[in-house]
Amino acid sequence: MQTIDLATTPLRELNTALQAQAAQTNQTEWQILNPKGAHAIAVGLDAPIEVTVRGHTGYYCGGMNKQATIRVAGSAGPGVAENMMSGTVVIEGDASQYAGATGNGGLLVIKGNASSRCGISMKGIDIVVHGNIGHMSAFMAQSGNLVVLGDAGDALGDSLYEARLFVRGTVKSLGSDCVEKEMRPEHLDLLRDLLDRAGADARPEEFRRYGSARKLYHFNVDHAAAY
Amino acid sequence: MCGIVGLFLKNDSMRPRLGEMLTDMLITMTDRGPDSAGIAIYGEGDQLKITVQSDSPQTGFAGLDADLAAALDGPVTMRVIDTHAVLTLPDGTEAQARAFLLDRGLRVMGTGHSMEIFKEVGLPRDVARRFGLRAMSGSHGIGHTRMATESAVTTLGAHPFSTGTDQCLVHNGSLSNHNRMRRVLADKGFAPLTANDTEVAACYLSSRLAEGADLGQALEGTLQDLDGFFTFVVGTRTGFGVVRDPIACKPATMAETDDYVAFGSEYRALADLPGIEAARVWEPEPATVYFWER
Repeated sequence: MQTIDLATTPLRELNTALQAQAAQTNQTEWQILNPKGAHAIAVGLDAPIEVTVRGHTGYYCGGMNKQATIRVAGSAGPGVAENMMSGTVVIEGDASQYAGATGNGGLLVIKGNASSRCGISMKGIDIVVHGNIGHMSAFMAQSGNLVVLGDAGDALGDSLYEARLFVRGTVKSLGSDCVEKEMRPEHLDLLRDLLDRAGADARPEEFRRYGSARKLYHFNVDHAAAY
Repeated sequence: MCGIVGLFLKNDSMRPRLGEMLTDMLITMTDRGPDSAGIAIYGEGDQLKITVQSDSPQTGFAGLDADLAAALDGPVTMRVIDTHAVLTLPDGTEAQARAFLLDRGLRVMGTGHSMEIFKEVGLPRDVARRFGLRAMSGSHGIGHTRMATESAVTTLGAHPFSTGTDQCLVHNGSLSNHNRMRRVLADKGFAPLTANDTEVAACYLSSRLAEGADLGQALEGTLQDLDGFFTFVVGTRTGFGVVRDPIACKPATMAETDDYVAFGSEYRALADLPGIEAARVWEPEPATVYFWER
C-alpha cells in the first residue's frame, strides 16, 4: 500500500501522483493521512485504484472521479464527488452540502447524513444515503437514482427531470413538480441492487418512490404559478 | 466569501491559550478572506473598557488618557496596541466617553467589561501579529477574515461589529433587507454608523437584547426579520451563539469537547485544536439557533 501524509506532502503532489496511475498500475491501494479538511483531495482520478482518506475532508473531495474507489474515513465537506463519472465514493461520516452534484455516473455512498442540495442536478450518478438528507435535494435532477434510508428535508426533487428518488423515512415537503409514484417490480429490483452495493441494511419494500410529474417540461400558462 | 472562527472555552485552564488557538484558526481562514481580519476577545476584568482605533496612533492617542480623564472627571487608563487603544472608564460614562472619542476623530471598535475588539485591513497573519493576538487570554473569542462584498475595505468595514456593551457579531453572507432594517433600527435608537450590512445585524441583535430577549431569542429573531444569506456567530459577556439562514449556502462546521465549543467556516480551521480527534464534529442545521451560556 502507498501512503501519502498530507502533513508532509503538498496536496498538488498527491493529486498528481494519483492522477498519473494508469489502468494497469500495480499501485492499486493508497491511503492518505492528515487530510485536515483540505480541499480537492483525490480529484480527477482515472484508474481502478482504491484510495482511503483517513480523516475529514474539505471542499470537492473525489470530484470528477472515474473508475477509482475513494473511501473517506471521516466526514466530507461541500461538493463531495461533484461531477463524478464512474467508480465509487464512500463517506463513512456525514457529507456537507451538494454531495454528488451534477454527477454523471458511479456510486456515492454516505453512511451518515447529507446536508442540503444532495444530488443537485445529478445526471446519472447513483447516491445512497444511510441517514437523512437536507433541503432542496435532487433539485433539477436529470437522471440516476437517489436512495435515502432516513428522512428528506424541504422541497425534495424540485423541478425534477427523470431521476428516481427513493425515501424510506419522511419527506418534509416535495418540491415543485415532484410527486410520489407507484413502486413497480423493476423499481424494487433496482433498489435491491443499489442497497446491496451500498451495504445498506434495508428492504426495498420499505421505500416510497418519487419522480417528476413532467408538468414543467414545456411552458404552459396554466402552470405559471409552479415555475 | 468570508471566514469565521470562534472558540468558547468550557475548561478554564485553557484560558491562557485562547489567543494562540484563535490566531491559528484565523490564519487558516486567510484564503476565505484576505482583505481584513478582526477578533473580539473576552478576557478578565470588571472595569468598563472602550477600544478605539486611529489611522495615526502616534498623534491620535497622544495625551488621550489625560484628556479623557479630565472630560469624564474620573480615572482613565490607556493601553495602546498598534492602531488600537483600550481605555478603561469609570462606570456609567460610556456615552459621554464615546461622544468625546468620536469628536476627536477616533473610531470606536467596541465597549465592554470583558470584551476587546481588534480589527484592521490586511492579511490575517499580519493583523494578528500587529495586535499580539497570540498572547491574549480569555474565556471566549470570535474572529473573522473578510472578503468584502457589501461595503468598502476599511477598518470600520471589518468584523467583528459591536453595537452593544460586551456584544459582538461576525457574518459570512450578505443581507438584502438591510436598508429597510436601518430605518426600523434607527427608530428604536440603534442606528448603524456604517454602510455595512453586517452592522445592521449587530444593531438588530443589540436592540432585541435591550428589549429583554435572551441570546437565543434574539438569534431566533434574525430568522424572521433579516433577509439574505447569513451565517452569524455572536458573543456576549457570558454567551456564544450561532445561527444560519434557512437556505444555508454559507458553510459552517462546529466541534464540541468537554473543554470547548468551536466554530469554523470550514473544518480546516478546527483541525489542529487539541482533542479534535475525539470531538463531536457537526454541521449546524439551517434556521436553527445554537447557543451556549456560562
